[in-house]
Amino acid sequence: MSLIHAEKLTKTYRAGDVDVPAVRGVDFAIEPASFVAFVGPSGSGKSTLLNMIGCLDSPSGGRLSVLDTDVATLDRHASAEFRGRHIGFIFQDFNLIPVLTAYENVEYPLIMVQNWTAAKRRERVMNLLHAVGMSDQADKRPDQLSGGQKQRVAVARALVADSKLVLADEPTANLDHDTARRILELMKKMRDELKTTFVFSTHDPKIMREAEVTFTLEDGRLAQNNSAAQHG
Amino acid sequence: MGKILQIAARNLLRYRRRTLLTSLLVVIGIAAVLLFVAITGSFKSLMIAQITDSMLGHLQVHRRGYVASIESLPLNLNMPPQLAARAVKALEDNPEVAAYAPRIKFGAMFSNFTETTSVRVNGVDPERENRVTPLLAGRQLDGERGGALVKRGEMLVPVLVARGLQVKAGDTVVLVTTNKDGSVNGKTFLVRGMLESATGPGGRDGYIHIEDARELLRLTEPEVTEFAVRVKRQERVERVTAALVGELAGVKNKQGGAALEVHSWQRLTPFANIANMIDVLTLAIKVMLVSIVLVAIMNVMVMAVYERIREIGTIAAIGTPPGRILSLFLTEGLLLGVVGSVIGTAVSLAAIYALNVWKISYNFGQQQGLLLAPDIAARDVISIAGMVIVVAILASLQPAWKASRMDPITALRHV
Repeated sequence: MSLIHAEKLTKTYRAGDVDVPAVRGVDFAIEPASFVAFVGPSGSGKSTLLNMIGCLDSPSGGRLSVLDTDVATLDRHASAEFRGRHIGFIFQDFNLIPVLTAYENVEYPLIMVQNWTAAKRRERVMNLLHAVGMSDQADKRPDQLSGGQKQRVAVARALVADSKLVLADEPTANLDHDTARRILELMKKMRDELKTTFVFSTHDPKIMREAEVTFTLEDGRLAQNNSAAQHG
Repeated sequence: MGKILQIAARNLLRYRRRTLLTSLLVVIGIAAVLLFVAITGSFKSLMIAQITDSMLGHLQVHRRGYVASIESLPLNLNMPPQLAARAVKALEDNPEVAAYAPRIKFGAMFSNFTETTSVRVNGVDPERENRVTPLLAGRQLDGERGGALVKRGEMLVPVLVARGLQVKAGDTVVLVTTNKDGSVNGKTFLVRGMLESATGPGGRDGYIHIEDARELLRLTEPEVTEFAVRVKRQERVERVTAALVGELAGVKNKQGGAALEVHSWQRLTPFANIANMIDVLTLAIKVMLVSIVLVAIMNVMVMAVYERIREIGTIAAIGTPPGRILSLFLTEGLLLGVVGSVIGTAVSLAAIYALNVWKISYNFGQQQGLLLAPDIAARDVISIAGMVIVVAILASLQPAWKASRMDPITALRHV
């Protein structure tokens, strides 16, 4: 059973009196514990697709099922609850909360979304910070961390609530190539350890090679679907 | 909740200067209001005490129609003994009445044998009067003080009359009056002393013994013009008045209406209007405080939401329920209100303490060197601080609501 399943998925925005199609009838399936990239130039519909998978946006047509849930049926509150329970997010600009330490940033979803006990939170957060190599930087605030370190913290935050799926929109766009590669290696390592599905978007050819499955988008349509074996 | 408080506090501290300025505004506002309430409350209490404890008493019982024609001091509206006895019974039966004193009031001509002027004469029972108006004796400016307020054959002369007619303690004066039947009678009195006016330059009230008043008016029965009453707790005057009105409602006149009427001090003196003005001023100051807090905190919270749109998008994207986002921003407003209230209250209490230590004096009417003793009731502190905190939350409501309703995608794209 696929983790994510899309059939004839469309998304159309309204810009004044004009309908602007962002995603046009896309079909795809993503299996559990896979490492998937949506690739394509700017405006190809990658972010829109990720937003729909992440229940941040709703489809205009077609069907999108995430973890056996038809996301089109979720209202605002149900979407928030679904995201909090099942989906982690990694952002291009890291989006850590500046007043919180690395530890507190990772702990944040457990307080605001999950209501875990303090002891359980501490164990989980420290384990994840250790796993992403940031346990010695736990007390530092984001402005005291490098870009790569911030993104490591963001990876830990995305995984902290036992997410089944992590969505990363251009996670390496603000990192140099070496750091970007290390972040992707970290994401893969976490996928291997936790069996979490990672879906990310990128337009960087060097980065897209790290994905095991790539979906290439052009003008909102799926142009190509390659697996790692095909790359190989 | 503890974690949300912690995060809210850190969010406030990230803009230290802005938070400090807003808190300072709340602190100054609340301190100023509490100080104003304490000072005006002290002034009001002292003013009321001067009026009630040295002249009027807390309330008075009259025969029906007397107060309406009080300027002419009508003798035909005195209470006959049977009616006075009914009033006494009602006063004795009321457990909140601390003391009462009968008075006979009339207009008279006051003469020093060479000049004559008009005065209002109060015939009083010295001992009872002392219990009802304990500050009256303190208004005596010269002559023998202490002991009985006034003895038989003595008169306390209002200071302006005494000075106008160049009368001093120990002089002999004459009071001439017309009794109920229209016959004129006169009696000499020894001036016991001058009596400072409680109400300003117009005060023409002199005091003699009640038995002298009856003799002068040739009253064959122990009539009473009014009963001045002191209640145990001044703040319950209106309640006691209402109770006495109810109690005396059964005492009817020949026309079948109530024979007696009861008036609290507020209905007997225009100074009640000054007290009311102080209350209105206090209310106006409180409204200003509410406005200041509302605008200051709303401004800070609107800025906080505007500056943290991407952050709001992030926390919404990771699944924070809208209600949590709302409570986070409300908590920030709450903290501003609480911190401002606590510090503002501490500052005002310190200022009130300092004013009491410095013993600032002032004059009121003919009263010189009155001591300012600002004091504030715990209920005032709690109500004003509570009001500020509630207003702080209300001021945060709109920005917090906006934050909680924000679309995560739009918020995340915000630059």
